[in-house]
Amino acid sequence: MEIVSAVSLWLIPILIGFILIYGTFKKVPTYESFTEGGKEGIKIAVSIIPFLVGMLVAISVFRASGALEYFMNLIRPGLNAIGIPPDIVPLAIIRPISGTAALGMTSDLIAVHGPDSFIGRLASVLQGSTDTTFYVLTVYFGAVGIKKMGDALKVGLLADLAGIIASIVIVTLVFGSM
Amino acid sequence: MVNIIWVILTVIGVVFAMINGTMNEVNEAIFNGAKEAVTLCIGLISILVFWLGMMRIAEDAGLLKKLASLFRPIVKKLFPEVPSDHPAMGYMLSNMMANMFGLGNAATPLGIKAMEELKRLNGGKNEASRSMITFLAINTSSLTLIPTTVIAIRMNYNSASPTDIVGPTLVATFCSTLAAIMIDRYFYYRRTRKG
Repeated sequence: MEIVSAVSLWLIPILIGFILIYGTFKKVPTYESFTEGGKEGIKIAVSIIPFLVGMLVAISVFRASGALEYFMNLIRPGLNAIGIPPDIVPLAIIRPISGTAALGMTSDLIAVHGPDSFIGRLASVLQGSTDTTFYVLTVYFGAVGIKKMGDALKVGLLADLAGIIASIVIVTLVFGSM
Repeated sequence: MVNIIWVILTVIGVVFAMINGTMNEVNEAIFNGAKEAVTLCIGLISILVFWLGMMRIAEDAGLLKKLASLFRPIVKKLFPEVPSDHPAMGYMLSNMMANMFGLGNAATPLGIKAMEELKRLNGGKNEASRSMITFLAINTSSLTLIPTTVIAIRMNYNSASPTDIVGPTLVATFCSTLAAIMIDRYFYYRRTRKG
């Protein structure tokens, strides 16, 4: 497990160094390429504002009203028995449906429980290790006119479930239990 | 679907506020939630600009293409029905590379191109072929190597070590992708046995 932590620390700086050296060798105008690509980052950050505002307001209302606590208490005994933290359930449900909505929930969990808490880390890993199955399915199949999806949805959702289970197991192993 | 979930969350919240007498808290939550969302997005700009800038250099230097050729032998095994010199293979590889480096916007058009080619391989039928389902399964399981957005959120909330989730995310991603491939194979063999 120490290796996993070391990878976390080293990966990004090493990758950046490698890209810069490789780019220079290939005679890429590195600084200009960087600024061109960076402009897209601003566009993305601004374009997700409405999605996050909508989702964070809904979640905040749901929690502040006491509804979240009520439903959490309902499912807590069952989930605790099989080792799933109940706080993660809403995120797990919405992750395959909407990427931006899930991003809203992830940031909400991180804000409430703290980024270095068990739930905060689990939400982080979950957000990064699965993707929006319904979105990918509708966009890719919709664009080329596939009407009969076959087993695609089943396979996608089962893979999401596998990702959720893997996230819980790995976060527990690396960072210790709740 | 997300529409329904969104409305349900809000409406149930309002109904609970009426019963619990938490209207005051809910009013506060509406304005604080909106404010927090905007603050968060502004905070995301820093990382997104930096990362997408770096990725543009990698792209311009041909690094993504190079990686694609490295992965070609592995990916070929996953799609036995696609000839290795077929354009579908190239598009699928580029799509996976773009996904790995968190270039979602670049990945989507490549993925659609790949689907078009796969459809042509399948005789233009409007049903999903085996290769299409495999490609989708891999895509939905996420291939991200570095979850930049998540790191940025963690930084925003003053994490002591915002990147300490990179390693675990890598392992989880590997597991979910492996599971996706195995589940896909299982369903394929079940289909062929039946039919």
